[in-house]
Amino acid sequence: MDVSRYKSKGILIPGLIGLVFLILLATLPFYITGYTVVLITTILMYGILTVSWVLFSGPSGYLSLASAAFFGVGIYVGAILLPNTGQLVPLVVAVILGGLASGLIALGVGALTLRLRGIYFAIFTFGLVILILEVLNWWEHTVSHLRGRFVMSVDNDMMFWLMLGIFVATALTYFFFRRSKFGLALQGIGQNEEAAAHSGVNVTMVKVLTFALSAVFAGAAGAVWATRLTYIDPYVAFHVNFSFLPVLMAIFGGMGQMYGPLIGAALFAYLQEKLQTEFPEIYMLIFGFVLIATVLFMRDGLVGVVEWVIRKLRRGGSAVQNADT
Amino acid sequence: MPESVVTILNILIGGLLLGGIYALIAMGMSLQYGVARVLNIAHGEFIMIAAFGTFSLYTVAGINPLICLVIIGPITLIIGFLIHRSLFYQLSLKAPNPDAFAASSILASFGLLFIIQNIALMGWGADYRAYSYLNEGVNIGGAIFPANKLVILGFAVGIGVAFYLFLARSRIGKAIRSAAQDPQTASLMGVNINRVLAICFGLGAMMAAIAGVLISMRVPLNPAMGMQYTFIAIIIIVLGGLGSIPGSFIGGFMLGIIGEVVTHFEPSLSLAAYYFIFMLLLLIRPKGIFGK
Repeated sequence: MDVSRYKSKGILIPGLIGLVFLILLATLPFYITGYTVVLITTILMYGILTVSWVLFSGPSGYLSLASAAFFGVGIYVGAILLPNTGQLVPLVVAVILGGLASGLIALGVGALTLRLRGIYFAIFTFGLVILILEVLNWWEHTVSHLRGRFVMSVDNDMMFWLMLGIFVATALTYFFFRRSKFGLALQGIGQNEEAAAHSGVNVTMVKVLTFALSAVFAGAAGAVWATRLTYIDPYVAFHVNFSFLPVLMAIFGGMGQMYGPLIGAALFAYLQEKLQTEFPEIYMLIFGFVLIATVLFMRDGLVGVVEWVIRKLRRGGSAVQNADT
Repeated sequence: MPESVVTILNILIGGLLLGGIYALIAMGMSLQYGVARVLNIAHGEFIMIAAFGTFSLYTVAGINPLICLVIIGPITLIIGFLIHRSLFYQLSLKAPNPDAFAASSILASFGLLFIIQNIALMGWGADYRAYSYLNEGVNIGGAIFPANKLVILGFAVGIGVAFYLFLARSRIGKAIRSAAQDPQTASLMGVNINRVLAICFGLGAMMAAIAGVLISMRVPLNPAMGMQYTFIAIIIIVLGGLGSIPGSFIGGFMLGIIGEVVTHFEPSLSLAAYYFIFMLLLLIRPKGIFGK
């Protein structure tokens, strides 16, 4: 096997590290049980939402607040296909259909709205979450006469593996997308949309397809999450936190490097879970201050802090060398 | 009077009442977004906390809710001023461009939302609370309205108009409008731009608080009630044209009447109807009805 080809692109080492990490993660349920597996499933869920958000909003610079809409659609598809009275389709099929349903909605919404720019796009995507929530709520009350839906419960390990599978698919897509012609085109759109259009990029197509692609992963994760929740109603499924948290996690980790959003999601989700269980009374208070501190003091996120430390160390080192000579 | 006329009158007055409140909320948000460039997701939380404040002042200290207006309003003005100086001004210093500031201020205001909601939860708990004030009926041409409804409508319109005149006529108002048009030139003309932006944010918070005091007379209070008002305010400021104060005032009344009509036929769909109109408008005319 010709390794040098991969080496020259610099993906061999991170690839190997990733593979070892992945094997460790995938075999986790064999030596760790109970709460930890559940906690890591939660972290993976936030990881998927964050990376899928970064996939589109990172390079393009369009602030999308629609994550909760796509995630919620996935949750509802999961709940409809996997009721506690007996599942209608195999788990994996429900996950795929959840992803496809979200992707289709994103395709339609994207085609309609991606000509809006700046704050208008953010407001519109935020509105989308509420619109779907309210219409669904009305539908459940007046047409189907259900306040909420009970979903079948799935074994914790199974849920973990499903979430891990979606997570790996999301991360790999993100990794290869960034290097693809498509990813570079999206980056170009983010830097200067007119210039990108004039250099022959089909601006609308690139934006809409990436938007839809990012929604597929959020929807798939939603279908799995439905089995975790076991009882859902529109307010649970379309909670606005699922729109804001991925954005914050991405900023927290830093979007300058590929691994930034992943680390951000992992740390942030862990912090959130811990705060919620240990300080339920003042959880939102602490969380609010952490959010504000993040946007105030960590513009480039954890990655930025790490790079700053490395720069300082290097400069310190070279200064010593200079003093010697 | 025939039944149908009474129904129409009911919808109209209800719509104007709702619209008056909406107009106040939207004018506040419009000032915060149009001049200070902060899309304040926590706007509704100022409404909620002011409503709870009124509840406590009335039920514990026995202070008339209308007097609460002149207590809670100025306090919120100062708090808003300080929040801008300590948070959003710092953010604007660090942001490389206006878009980056818009994005980071949305996220920071989301943090603010969490903090205020948690404070309300600690202070008043998660249950619904309500009090009764001026609840006796008033007969207008055969239709009967609770007196507090009419008082709210009167105050909302009065304060809205006064606020508009303040912006149009007063010295600070002129400084605010010049800052909205061209911050750089305004600062060259001797306007202390940072102070003006902080005042705008404070005034916006004050308008939310005034709306909150009025709302508390009619609506059961709960720490989670703020978000829906934020949504509605966002819709109205887009409807009226981002940053246009008269647009927000008129847009508020329009949305109030539309909401009351939809509520008459299908109550649970009113928020969805707002959004539908809003999305339609964003697609057809993103500048808003009164936008330039």
